Amino acid sequence: MAVATEPRPWTPDQPIIQLIDVHKSFGALEVLKGVSFSVKKGEVVCIIGPSGSGKSTLIRCINALVPVTSGTILVENIEVADPKLDKLALRRKVGMVFQQYNLFPHKTALQNVMMAPMHVLHQDRGEVEERARALMKKVRLTGKEHTYPGELSGGQQQRVAIARSLAMRPDVMLFDEVTAALDPETVKEVLFTIRELAEEGMTCMLVTHEMNFARDIADHVYFTDRGVIVEHGPPDTIFSAPRDPRTQEFLSQVL
Amino acid sequence: MSPKNTPARADAPLPVLLPFRIEPTRLGTPRLAPVHALLFGAGLALLAGTAWAQAVDTRLSPLDVIIKWAPLLLSGFAFNILISMIAMAIGTGAGLGVGLGMLSHNPVLARVCWALTQFFRNAPWLVLLFFVMFLVPFQITVFGVRIPLPDWVKATVGFSLPVMANVAEIVRGAVRSVPSTQWEAAESLAFTPRQTMWRIILPQCVKRMLPPWMNLYSLVTMATVQASIVGVSEMLTLTAQVHTAEGGRPELFAPLYGFAMFCFFLYCYPIDRFTARLERRFHIR
Repeated sequence: MAVATEPRPWTPDQPIIQLIDVHKSFGALEVLKGVSFSVKKGEVVCIIGPSGSGKSTLIRCINALVPVTSGTILVENIEVADPKLDKLALRRKVGMVFQQYNLFPHKTALQNVMMAPMHVLHQDRGEVEERARALMKKVRLTGKEHTYPGELSGGQQQRVAIARSLAMRPDVMLFDEVTAALDPETVKEVLFTIRELAEEGMTCMLVTHEMNFARDIADHVYFTDRGVIVEHGPPDTIFSAPRDPRTQEFLSQVL
Repeated sequence: MSPKNTPARADAPLPVLLPFRIEPTRLGTPRLAPVHALLFGAGLALLAGTAWAQAVDTRLSPLDVIIKWAPLLLSGFAFNILISMIAMAIGTGAGLGVGLGMLSHNPVLARVCWALTQFFRNAPWLVLLFFVMFLVPFQITVFGVRIPLPDWVKATVGFSLPVMANVAEIVRGAVRSVPSTQWEAAESLAFTPRQTMWRIILPQCVKRMLPPWMNLYSLVTMATVQASIVGVSEMLTLTAQVHTAEGGRPELFAPLYGFAMFCFFLYCYPIDRFTARLERRFHIR
């Protein structure tokens, strides 16, 4: 009887993220008006669009930071909108990096990376520390392990935030305008880290204003405006030959 | 006003992002400045000021009276400090609970804790003290064991009630002041709300809570003399008794009570300076 609610076991050939007619309203304001798409494992997806088009809301819905009003979101066949959702199970699979880094200011960089695996997953301290040091190296912050977030630059903080998410060994990484708060010199180092991740086969979903980066890195680009996906396709098509007038107008403004 | 004391700009980096490091050499015992010596001298002058009245007979000079009774008076003062510390400990523990209760998602619990806080924050401490003194029995029986409740214990409980309410408010304010993005970040790392509170939010709150908490402690210490009204043998009660024992000589009044004031000042003033220093140190830059 309970079988009906059991998720189908997920296999890598199925979409890792699937959205079906997702709506989200904040009071009278409808931010998402029926969004559907799917992301395959290892794919890098960029969401672009004007401010206030619902991009951030969309990405936050995927790890249940924002509850949807209606529709279905599946992450490895786990129904995110299910009120009985095991959030721990979902969030182990989905890592998220924020625009404002949101590191824990009272902990050093290394401790920031170690906290979740130790206290949420209750993994062995030594093992976690070893992995955290490896992740610090991966984001090229060796030597900054014992530095507090307040003493790091924006770009360094953001890379610690990426390492912190990776420490949970997620299957998907969500990036919510992660370079928007950075100054131009440090944008590069963060994008470099994301690119490395993408090249290693991590499934990545990025909300971004870095059009050149999106064009370069994405397998698929979605253009959203006023709560709907206006147009989507491979980056070359979207950036070189946009069909919809709204996409054309947006791109002419930002490129 | 020094530039450090100017209010934080809205765009300033979050204060919590600054690492919290105590440098013991600078934050240790507050140094005694010339002004302290001056205050000390003024106190002594006040004490000895009436000493002129001596000499005519064999009665002790005010200074000698104070020296003679100092051990007793200081033991009373120690009692004040004991009461203040226990009241602070109980009040802090309870206040932490009530403060977190106010932030609970359970509306009933939140309302109850809010009401408790408002009630005890807005009642005069002395009235609360009277209530506890006269409503709580002098002994309670738990599992057949009779536990006596001496007056000083009841007084301590009486003081811990307003402490609880004030600590609750301090906790609530501090937790609220942590940006909601910290909750989001913790949530996305699969921390439960409880883990987030204890591992991420509260540790960041400690330094925000410390100055108002120490300020409160200073107030509690000074308030403990109110226990004399309900008959607890603390310093003020003993001072009155000493005065009587010395024949109630009017010229002893100022030196004896001055001595009491001076003890409290010596104890509370460094706390006050230390608090001010912490506040400056933690101030948003």
